Amino acid sequence: MAMEMRLPVARKPLSESVGRDTKKHLVVPGDTITTDTGFMRGHGTYMGEEKLIASVAGSVERVNKLICVKALKTRYNGEVGDIVVGRITERRRSAEDELAMRGFLQEVDLISAEVQAVFSDGAVSLHTRSLKYGKLGQGVLVQVSPSLVKRQKTHFHDLPCGASVILGNNGFIWIYPTPEHKEEDAGGFTANLEPVSLADREVISRLRNCIVLLVTQRVMLYDTSILYCYEASLPHQIKDLLKPEIMEEVVMETRQRLLEQEG
Amino acid sequence: MAGLELLSDQGYRVDGRRAGELRKIQARMGVFAQADGSAYIEQGNTKALAVVYGPHEIRGSRARALPDRALVNCQYSSATFSTGERKRRPHGDRKSCEMGLQLRQTFEAAILTQLHPRSQIDIYVQVLQADGGTYAACVNAATLAVLDAGVPMRDFVCACSAGFVDSTALADLSHVEEAAGGPQLALALLPASGQIALLEMDARLHEDHLESVLEAAARAARDVHTLLDRVVRQHVREASVLLGD
Repeated sequence: MAMEMRLPVARKPLSESVGRDTKKHLVVPGDTITTDTGFMRGHGTYMGEEKLIASVAGSVERVNKLICVKALKTRYNGEVGDIVVGRITERRRSAEDELAMRGFLQEVDLISAEVQAVFSDGAVSLHTRSLKYGKLGQGVLVQVSPSLVKRQKTHFHDLPCGASVILGNNGFIWIYPTPEHKEEDAGGFTANLEPVSLADREVISRLRNCIVLLVTQRVMLYDTSILYCYEASLPHQIKDLLKPEIMEEVVMETRQRLLEQEG
Repeated sequence: MAGLELLSDQGYRVDGRRAGELRKIQARMGVFAQADGSAYIEQGNTKALAVVYGPHEIRGSRARALPDRALVNCQYSSATFSTGERKRRPHGDRKSCEMGLQLRQTFEAAILTQLHPRSQIDIYVQVLQADGGTYAACVNAATLAVLDAGVPMRDFVCACSAGFVDSTALADLSHVEEAAGGPQLALALLPASGQIALLEMDARLHEDHLESVLEAAARAARDVHTLLDRVVRQHVREASVLLGD
């Protein structure tokens, strides 16, 4: 049986050559962003002595009168309308709860849901009101940093390569085989436990490696970038995709296609 | 008796530095992928590693949760191989607890805890090699780790130690200088506003000299800030998402 082994090597700094032309305004905590008091302060800033000061290290984003600083990586902060994927760890135990929910959703189940409300202390309340959400059956979960998931109109994508993906805003990404019938979405309250074919499994494994690849090279995740990466990775074997030299090659091709598509 | 001359007539210290000169500082952020934030710093031969988890839900007793702010939990540990002689240090011994408490006081002053009520922020610091100035190295490493985790802070927290020998204030003491037994002071500063997060000294120093020692420590802390600022900016620039929206 052949075995391949690699020794640890110093990380190469990410190349800036394929960067955008607009120079971002990068700040660190303690930096004054502006002394103009007309601006509203958003996340990552605080007001001190008539000046707007940054409280995280990242890039300044300005939308009309709102200034906020987007940190490089943060824990997920819930916003109303976000899609999240997660595992139930604890349940409220009350009589009505027992009768109603326990039949459908148990502890340890993996579910997709939408954020309904955000409390003042940061806790979020979720709902699974439409059949689009609910229990997730067979598939692969990838955990990435929430800052790499692009905000889009929809987070449920059926990719043409033969699998579907849910991009949770909290950084949990669920890859699953596309259900044949349109009515059975990945959701509802019964899990589909039919065996998944080998071809589907290969597509899902390749997609999972592609997502890990994109995340390592800090490319934003959305349906187009994942698709382009999948297509660029086809010449390579699935298990080779995580090798550094192949990663660079695939990401460079992906970036190229994404830039062409934008420009 | 041939004593060790901490400050020569020409103004050179044992390792060849001048009185107000810092040791070489090298730092890296994001050294651990599993943690929310991590950093490694080397100040001369002192090496410290800091790891931050949070803000997350309070583990253990929910009763400890503060309704209006986050709990900052700091733990300090020193590796057995960190000093000249290999010494087993059990967790929870007095020095570790005291350091942990000091780190907690320092970071409670800097982290904007009101933004995360009912949560907990864990900061774990480990000293891998101790050659003087361990508190300062821990604070500097923890600052970088907290920044790496994206936890909002008022400002950097930069720390440095200072001593007093032959009527001259020395900045950034090494182990040899600390062991000589003179007065030593540790200062943690928020550079932009000049506010002091923590000032610690447990030796005897005449009050006339306090001003100069404090000034030396503050100047050294500002120099540390310049270096850490450069490290953070470099890291942010490199890690900025190259294809955004």
